[in-house]
Amino acid sequence: MNHIAIKMLMGDRGKYLGIVMGLTFASLIMTQQPAIFLGLMSRSYSFITDVGLPDIWVMDEKVQFVDDIKPLQDTELYRVRGISGVQWAMPMYKGLLKARLADGTFQTCIVVGLDDATLIGGPPVMLEGKLDDLRRSDGVIVDIDGAIDKLGKPSPTPGGKPIPLKVGDSLELNDHRAIVVGIAKVTRTFQSQPVVYTTYSRAKNYAPKERKLLSFVLVKAKPGQDLAELTRRIRATTGLAAYTREEFKTLTYEYFMHNTGIPINFGISVLLGFIVGAAIAGQTFYNSTLENLRQFGVLKAMGTSNWILLRMILLQAVLVGTIGYGLGVGLTALFGYSMRNSILAFKFPWQLLLFSGAGVSVICIFAALLSIIKVIRLEPAIVFKG
Amino acid sequence: MDSSSLAVRCQNVVKIYDTGGQKVTALNGVNLDIAMGELMMLVGPSGCGKTTLISVIAGILDQDSGHCEVFGEDLLNMSGQSKLNFRARNIGFVFQAFNLLPALNAAENVSIPLIINGMKRSDAERKATAVLEQVGLGTRVTALPSELSGGQQQRVAIARALVHSPRLIVCDEPTSSLDHETGHNVMTLLKEVALHKDRALVIVTHDARIFNFADRIAEMDDGHIINVKGAKNDASL
Repeated sequence: MNHIAIKMLMGDRGKYLGIVMGLTFASLIMTQQPAIFLGLMSRSYSFITDVGLPDIWVMDEKVQFVDDIKPLQDTELYRVRGISGVQWAMPMYKGLLKARLADGTFQTCIVVGLDDATLIGGPPVMLEGKLDDLRRSDGVIVDIDGAIDKLGKPSPTPGGKPIPLKVGDSLELNDHRAIVVGIAKVTRTFQSQPVVYTTYSRAKNYAPKERKLLSFVLVKAKPGQDLAELTRRIRATTGLAAYTREEFKTLTYEYFMHNTGIPINFGISVLLGFIVGAAIAGQTFYNSTLENLRQFGVLKAMGTSNWILLRMILLQAVLVGTIGYGLGVGLTALFGYSMRNSILAFKFPWQLLLFSGAGVSVICIFAALLSIIKVIRLEPAIVFKG
Repeated sequence: MDSSSLAVRCQNVVKIYDTGGQKVTALNGVNLDIAMGELMMLVGPSGCGKTTLISVIAGILDQDSGHCEVFGEDLLNMSGQSKLNFRARNIGFVFQAFNLLPALNAAENVSIPLIINGMKRSDAERKATAVLEQVGLGTRVTALPSELSGGQQQRVAIARALVHSPRLIVCDEPTSSLDHETGHNVMTLLKEVALHKDRALVIVTHDARIFNFADRIAEMDDGHIINVKGAKNDASL
């Protein structure tokens, strides 16, 4: 009876397409919106991801997320270095400074100061120049997105694209001269501000004069050292907060989850996609069953059992669900691929496939259940009604 | 009449519908025997209980009281699955509105009863094609119902009712959607192809033009059979 179920489903092309489109829409929204959400949220901790070498981040105990800088005294670095189990500990400056561009305008940048000797915490990928070039006088490394766009030189033609910043160009950071010695690829940050890397001592010169300027102490544990135990020891010894890389990512991620409207906004989008998809697909599927009710009655009168009719409806639901889900997920993947070089945040882990698959399944089960109840309650004597 | 030669025996069959708290007696103690090899017509005014009676006879509606035996089996006492199996094997249906599945072609429509009875699809469609040839539609086996005329659709419906060789065929107003000539042709076909000594036909109709095809005519009114007579008296009905 499966081929009969499929032909009954596809017999009315308009309705069939309506159901599939409804499910495609629901699947698309339930996959694409969370993918953007996850992409956006992953940007909140992208800086931590990019700084790959250290195992533990040490900071003021009041820090709530990676951009919430509460500076420490430089002496804290030595206290951390003195703790057993620490292989090395390096300073890092991270702050927002204003860069003066060639046309006189200002652009806020994330300035990262790396340990002068080791340059630990540098950008993950160098596109031009070398990390060592930071040792040259006034040297800074600029991220490619910032160099192309926000830090670019003004276009000679009004309204034209800015001219990308190149190695050898200069800019002003807080009235100090900085020479671009390299271009790096970094993961976009949440605020999408340009990232400028320099040495720790130079960053302190760029930064406004404050008593404390040490943002983080980056710690590498000795081989075989239990990280949880080491973070506990650092906290106990220094009174500072110490997190493993994953813990610090989670701290940042949860801050954004709890303190911004992003989750609820995306949650509403996903919910609306689910509701609209369920309404369109569910109602069209149910209407299709209602219109086929006499045909189901004929099958029932001829001796088809409720169990077989139930299987026929489930097959129809699984078929439209699979096609709609496949199209929705495919369109999401296509969307993500076409936006891969844009500013749009997009992250598409396999778990998202399960999430939207579950959503589409719920819609299909809901639609099929309504139809199944109607068909099971159907009196076959309906076939003799005019 | 010898009970072994009976296709249907209804004794004091009562069916009452509850329509929103109001009781409507559709069958009020119906007694009717239909013999094997007989073409019985049920006639009477609208609402007299004809359709309810063939629904009970076909096993798609349970009476409230009385007995209705079809080939010696009391359908009321059968379990749901047994009744389904009984219907699938023994009953063929022809409807006023044809009730063909619009998405299936003629052969696929005709093959449905065979598939319900467990035959493989390819075998079922082969047999369906043979029966369609028998009813004069050998050249239209792949046509969809929408591509067929009313008469052709009713022929497909007759082929569907016959394909699994049921012992009872119930027809509800089989000619009322057709013009006189087509209706006459359909009845001729039913009588020639469907009727034989191991099978009975029950036809509900208002169409006086086809009364002469009946072996007997049972006239119903107000839930009773008020008269059963041979077709020769059709003009008086």
